[in-house]
Amino acid sequence: MTFELETAIAPEKLRRVAIDPVSRVEGHGKVTILLDDDNKVHQVRLHIVEFRGFEKFIQGRPYWEVPVMVQRLCGICPVSHHLAASKAMDMMLGVKELTPTAEKIRRLMHYGQILQSHALHFFHLSSPDLLFGFGSNVAARNIVGVVAAHPEIAKKGVLLRKYGQEVIRMTAGKRVHGTGSIPGGVNKSLSDGERADLLKDIYQMVAWSRDAVGMIRQLFEQNLAEYNDFGRFRSSGMCLVRADGAMDLYHGGLRARDTDGNTLFDHFNYGRYWEVIAEDVKPWSYMKFPFFKSLGPDDGSYRVGPLTRVTQCDSIPTPLADKEREEFMAFDGGSVTGATLGYHWARMIEMLHAAESIKDLLHDDDILGHDLMATGQRQQRGVGVIEAPRGTLIHHYRVDENDLVIRANLIVSTTHNNQAMNTAVREVAKKYLNGREITEGLLNHIEVAIRAFDPCLSCATHALGQMPLEVAIVGADGRVLDEATRDHRGLTRESS
Amino acid sequence: MNNTFQLDGEEIPFTPGQTIMQAATAHGSYIPHLCWHPDFSVHGSCKLCTVKVNGRFGSSCTMEAQPGMEVENRTAELDDKRRTLLQMLFVEGNHFCPSCEKSGDCKLQATAYELKMMSPHFDMFYPDRPVDASHPDILLDFNRCIMCGLCVAASREADGKNIFAMGGRGLLGRRVHVSSESGKLADTDFAATDRAASICPVGVILSKRRGFVVPIGRRTYDLAPISAQVTEKAP
Repeated sequence: MTFELETAIAPEKLRRVAIDPVSRVEGHGKVTILLDDDNKVHQVRLHIVEFRGFEKFIQGRPYWEVPVMVQRLCGICPVSHHLAASKAMDMMLGVKELTPTAEKIRRLMHYGQILQSHALHFFHLSSPDLLFGFGSNVAARNIVGVVAAHPEIAKKGVLLRKYGQEVIRMTAGKRVHGTGSIPGGVNKSLSDGERADLLKDIYQMVAWSRDAVGMIRQLFEQNLAEYNDFGRFRSSGMCLVRADGAMDLYHGGLRARDTDGNTLFDHFNYGRYWEVIAEDVKPWSYMKFPFFKSLGPDDGSYRVGPLTRVTQCDSIPTPLADKEREEFMAFDGGSVTGATLGYHWARMIEMLHAAESIKDLLHDDDILGHDLMATGQRQQRGVGVIEAPRGTLIHHYRVDENDLVIRANLIVSTTHNNQAMNTAVREVAKKYLNGREITEGLLNHIEVAIRAFDPCLSCATHALGQMPLEVAIVGADGRVLDEATRDHRGLTRESS
Repeated sequence: MNNTFQLDGEEIPFTPGQTIMQAATAHGSYIPHLCWHPDFSVHGSCKLCTVKVNGRFGSSCTMEAQPGMEVENRTAELDDKRRTLLQMLFVEGNHFCPSCEKSGDCKLQATAYELKMMSPHFDMFYPDRPVDASHPDILLDFNRCIMCGLCVAASREADGKNIFAMGGRGLLGRRVHVSSESGKLADTDFAATDRAASICPVGVILSKRRGFVVPIGRRTYDLAPISAQVTEKAP
């Protein structure tokens, strides 16, 4: 079975519009759309054309190298891979509990990551769409335009991200691709001076994060109908939760709910994730399509990330963020909890939670401790799961008796969201594309839907909202009828 | 005549029989090198320590100091040639500093920083080299080997074991071998306490399960460049 608009019945009679590439961190994706002569949409696919070889080339490497090596998967949220791999290797070493210092330093690193990644996505990459409009003047719809029109907002975004990066630098050794987390613990704690430096600005960061939640709420209030309807669809979801059901972005059990909100599994031990999740493959994408085994590949797709986490947790264990969660859940009778653009609101609630958590940890003397490593009874296998900025991240390794990795499986957040992103893009294409001429603004509507998930395709810092796009309309005879290219010079067209 | 020579204009004292490298190191002056170590016999293979003595090229690790020598060391011409030698070493092996646990403690990397090597310049060879993890305490990752011969010398001269040996022919064929019938380190009497276990200037011979325990900022060459640690670390 395929999903609505996934596969056209007679594609050879349709013309093809391609957005190629839609930029993705460390790789490429593209969107293809098949239209008939009346410009009715028959097929929409988000293809991930990148091939990742990490699972293969990590084989044969010593296990202690893995947390440092696999984080190179990503330049935006490497801490997530660094920590997920470390957690997997903790399990492989038989470490059931880290020392308090190690656990809190890792959490501090992770919350720094959540803060900087969410700030980057919201302010640098998405705020131009939200502040100026999805189809607004492309010349101004970028971070430079935001700086010019809303300098205070841009400044907050830049400084929030900088602060998160500083937290990472002090816990991991570097802002990007550090080495702080190692199997069984961490290699450093904070010094008094480092704690004092971070404490100086944390209250400002909490206040600005709160402002950011207010800003996205205000945008929803101003554009409620459009935001609620944009790329909307019903979906199952999955995330980690703490033993008491509260949000926990570092550790917990898996909770999954179906499209009606019924619990599929709860507090499930992620060390056996394969009992509840399987992966489907499609011939047109290198990215797999995970699904819940209990629902099967046709009905079992789900989404992960901020929207799922905020709506599926019972509470958030920091007071300001929890209050914002309650207001989010109640807003307009709960309608926003199912909106694709609700991701942005949930993301800002999580950013506030991260800032509050950093503040709490900075007041905990355990982060200055010197007991950094724990030991245990060596195992052959390890699974590490963490809630990365974009969603649930799974690392799974087998290590032989000589300490070399013999098998690795990584299911990254964007992979979980594969079907959800395809569905959102189809919904947007149906509503905005039918019968219309290709414009830059139209292309951006499709990107706005993809971007809401903050997948790796929209978060490459070097793109900064000016993602290069190429679109071609090819006639049934294979002749190119219309082409449009967007690059740093703007939109250029060539019609035959 | 005094027992001194000029190294880049600086007067360096020496005792008869000392090489230029030995005298310079004792004085605290840095001459870039990789295969030389004061505790072991001279190998003279890396050629990084090449200097100009009275206008002619020579290896400072093998050439005895003589009174009145005029020795050029850190000139643009010599450092440029050294940089090229480093680039060739980098492309001949598989040196992936970002995930190497020796990063920050590696003499090859530190020397490359010292000589401002900005890229490998040449096409990478990507040789197929083995990882030997058979020993319970020591990992051998020959991807990073620069054929300096220090492990061979340390095992023979300090440990009296002859665990390692150079063998094979040609650019890609010549490599360090483990002297056991199986070729595996586990089938030798190598011990983690051997001098050879801690002699490798790059990331070939490594203690297992200790990678990345020293945080960034506290590693050897985070603290000061290799040229500023002559007496302590170079070697």
